[in-house]
Parts: sequence; structure tokens; C-alpha cells
Amino acid sequence: MPHKIIVDCSTGETTEVELTAEEVADQVAAQKAAEADRKAAEVVAKDRAVAKAALLDKLGITAEEAALLLS
Amino acid sequence: MANTYTLINSNVLASSAASVTFSAIPATFTDLVIRASIRTDRAAVEDWLYIKFNGLTTNRSYTRLTGSGSAAASGRSTSVIVLGETNAATSTANTFSNQEIYIPSYTASQNKPMSGIGMQEDNTSAAYMLVSAGLWRDTAAITEINLFPETGPNFVTGSSFYLYGISNA
Repeated sequence: MPHKIIVDCSTGETTEVELTAEEVADQVAAQKAAEADRKAAEVVAKDRAVAKAALLDKLGITAEEAALLLS
Repeated sequence: MANTYTLINSNVLASSAASVTFSAIPATFTDLVIRASIRTDRAAVEDWLYIKFNGLTTNRSYTRLTGSGSAAASGRSTSVIVLGETNAATSTANTFSNQEIYIPSYTASQNKPMSGIGMQEDNTSAAYMLVSAGLWRDTAAITEINLFPETGPNFVTGSSFYLYGISNA
């Protein structure tokens, strides 16, 4: 069973205890939320890269040339 | 302007742990600061640092900016608070991320905004960084802070956590 470290700021004592079922569930939920979050960000980045490539192709210039225009 | 910076308590992990909790936080300061140097055992180069307060898992949200040296992104969540990038198992050995979390007015009867910045240090072509604005929509005073990795499942031995109190008078 995973455990956590608790630092009691009123006494300075440190204890090691097992995670509760609720804490384990919260960590699993957080992991799932983050995973979905990362995947969504990857989709956005990929869509953007595809749109950028299509635009460069339409303009007939390279990414380096586009960067030069914007500098 | 803050004129004190007092160490409330700290912990350097002697063995790996799934989370670190500062409990019974005194209400005698104005703001809180957490400084941490951490690494997790996630099977990847990086991981994220999560936070929750008073043991509660509700009313959390955050917005982030991330960068790797070659790409930048942003995102948000209305179910968790992520405050930093950390080193994980396949990043350069014996390398720990650095984190700073600032929580103003932690005892005030108002929602609790916070900021976080966490850098994954790595001697490779990419290093991951995350800047975050978090919000815990709860008016209770913060008496407990729990830190845990996104995936981990553990912070590894040698990870260190320091909780400071700041007073403005």
C-alpha cells in the first residue's frame, strides 16, 4: 500500500502512514484528469502544426522564410 | 511588503513516498511559500506536481503555461491544481526539479489563489517548465497542504520540501 509522509507543523513530528482509499482514489482521478489534459493539449498542438503546414504550403514559403517575414 | 520569511517545517525524504503533507499549519503568518526540490519515479522524463488543501478534493482549478525549449502550450483544468513540472525516472540521473509555490492570505475568509513555478532540470535538448495560476474556491483557512505527483506514484528519496511563513508586519 502506498504511504505518505505527514509533517505536523505544531509538533515538528514526522510520521509515515498508508494512504486512505479516498486519497488513492483522488490521486487516480487526478492522474486521469492530467492524462486527458495532456492528450487534449497534444491534439491542439497537432492541429496547429497541420494548419501551419497547410498555410505555408498555400503561401509557397518555408517556415524559415515565414519567420524572416515576421522578424 | 513582507518583511519576514520563516521556516515553519521541512522534510527531506529518507525513502520514497506517494505524498507529503504539512499538517497543523499555524495561522500566525500572512502568506505561505513552499520551496521543493523533487523527482518522481514516473517512467518518463517529467511529471507534474499536484496540490490540495485541508484534505479536500473539491473546488479546484488552475491554468498553466508550459514549455520544453522547442514547443509552448497552455491548458487548464477545473478538477485539480497542478503547480509545476518535475523530473521523473528517465531524466538525467540524480537530477531534481525545483519548485516554488506562493499562497497569499491563507487564513483569510476568501477563496485562495496561488501561483506555482516548477522546472524540470535536464542535461538534454529539452527541459520542461510549467507556470501555473491555481485557485481553491474555499473560504476556510488553510491548515493542511498535501503535495503529490501526477503519475509517480512516488516522490523519490532525496526529494526535499520546505514550508515557509511570510508576515507583512
